[in-house]
Amino acid sequence: MSLDFQIFCKSTYEETYSPRCFGEFFQFGQVAGDPTYLDWLLKAWAWTIAVSALALLIALVVGITIGTLRTLPKDSFFNKVLIFFSNAWVELFRNIPVLVQVFLWYHVIPMLIPALKTVPSFLLVSIALGFFTSARIAEQMKAGIFSLPKGQLLAAKSLGMTNLKIYRYVLLPMAMRIIIPPLTSECMNIVKNSAVAFAVSVSELTLFAMQTQEETSKGIEMYLGVTALYIVTAFSVNRVMAVIERKTRIPGFLAPASTGAH
Amino acid sequence: MQLDLSFYTWDLVEKFILKGLLFSIQLTIIATLGGIIFGTILALMRLSNQKILTTIATWYVNVMRSIPLVMVILWFFLLMPSIIGRSIGAELSAYITFIAFEAAFFSEIIRAGINSVPQGQNLAANALGMNYQQKMSLIILPQAFRNMILVLMTQTIILFQDTSLVYAIGAYDLLKGFEVAGKNYGRPIESYLLAAIVYFVICFTLSSIVKKLQQKIAIIR
Repeated sequence: MSLDFQIFCKSTYEETYSPRCFGEFFQFGQVAGDPTYLDWLLKAWAWTIAVSALALLIALVVGITIGTLRTLPKDSFFNKVLIFFSNAWVELFRNIPVLVQVFLWYHVIPMLIPALKTVPSFLLVSIALGFFTSARIAEQMKAGIFSLPKGQLLAAKSLGMTNLKIYRYVLLPMAMRIIIPPLTSECMNIVKNSAVAFAVSVSELTLFAMQTQEETSKGIEMYLGVTALYIVTAFSVNRVMAVIERKTRIPGFLAPASTGAH
Repeated sequence: MQLDLSFYTWDLVEKFILKGLLFSIQLTIIATLGGIIFGTILALMRLSNQKILTTIATWYVNVMRSIPLVMVILWFFLLMPSIIGRSIGAELSAYITFIAFEAAFFSEIIRAGINSVPQGQNLAANALGMNYQQKMSLIILPQAFRNMILVLMTQTIILFQDTSLVYAIGAYDLLKGFEVAGKNYGRPIESYLLAAIVYFVICFTLSSIVKKLQQKIAIIR
């Protein structure tokens, strides 16, 4: 069995090969040709990154908010309602498979809320993926806040800080640093989970793999290209998070993650 | 928009849903058992002194963990016919894929479990003159599995959710059952909604049980 990577230079319309392997992109002053499979692959990669990035943004904002709400003191009725709501949020979005959630956002919710009917499918997938991941981030956020020494909270209280100030200046800055390692794997999971977008015809990497495998019958080459891009993306996310972790570290406060227990 | 669930009769459930539910459960059980067996082997390889075994196991686990499960499913579905020499069905391909994929995840849990057994146990077993096999099967693994039973159960719930991804190769699982039923009766919306509810009830019940167990075990310790 021999691999034929020339296929990536082939036009997606005709049986011709582009000498530069690019038809649409990277013209370098020459005439644009038919899009090649390499063009298509890069476009699919861009969709994967777009869906992942948007989902990550939603997941971080919602997840950190919900996770913080879960740690509120149970001293008023309003707080108890917030705690119940945030706990229910986590249970709801954690216990339904991500693919089913994507179908819900794509098929069911636009029927119930007509305003969403005109929203493009990639946006709906990002919302679905973002909410799914938000439940997991909320879980880590809660664990991060509860892992802080009790003295932090008590000291802030004795300084006369309000609840809002305690969270803003004492608890959240420390908790956010603590959860960076689990957050890193969640960020990588988002890139991987974005593959479910194929089910609602977002033309991202997995759908590219499925379509081109049928179209060219060069499945192995296509799958190799797609798999490599997934690994590159996930690894880049990992490196970016490592940089963030290093930049935000407060000397003497938290041990580096690499010396963690094992 | 009016929701109408009246078309969900026992007849329909029997015809479309039960078959899918049965496959999803079978896939979960077989992948869990197979995953734990191969995961244990992978974990022991990673913790062994043989450099070559460690390298192979580390690579296998890292590669499996950095590719989306959907792509792994597609890879196996593409490659299986050329490895075995004839085409196998989507269902059989799903069993093999899930065992191979979950083994990587279970091996990480099992490795952490083995590492959580105090080093003294290892030394004591050595001092008693036990060989590797006796030490592992009689001393280390029983304690390790007791430490990680809850994490293993949580992973199994995630695994059950992940079985819905066999959608990519058209295997007939629980989600597919609901989809086919919804298409046949022209009511896809109610069907997807019901699928979400069924998955939620199953997973929520299981994770509540795990949480209860967690509290019980915490008291014993």
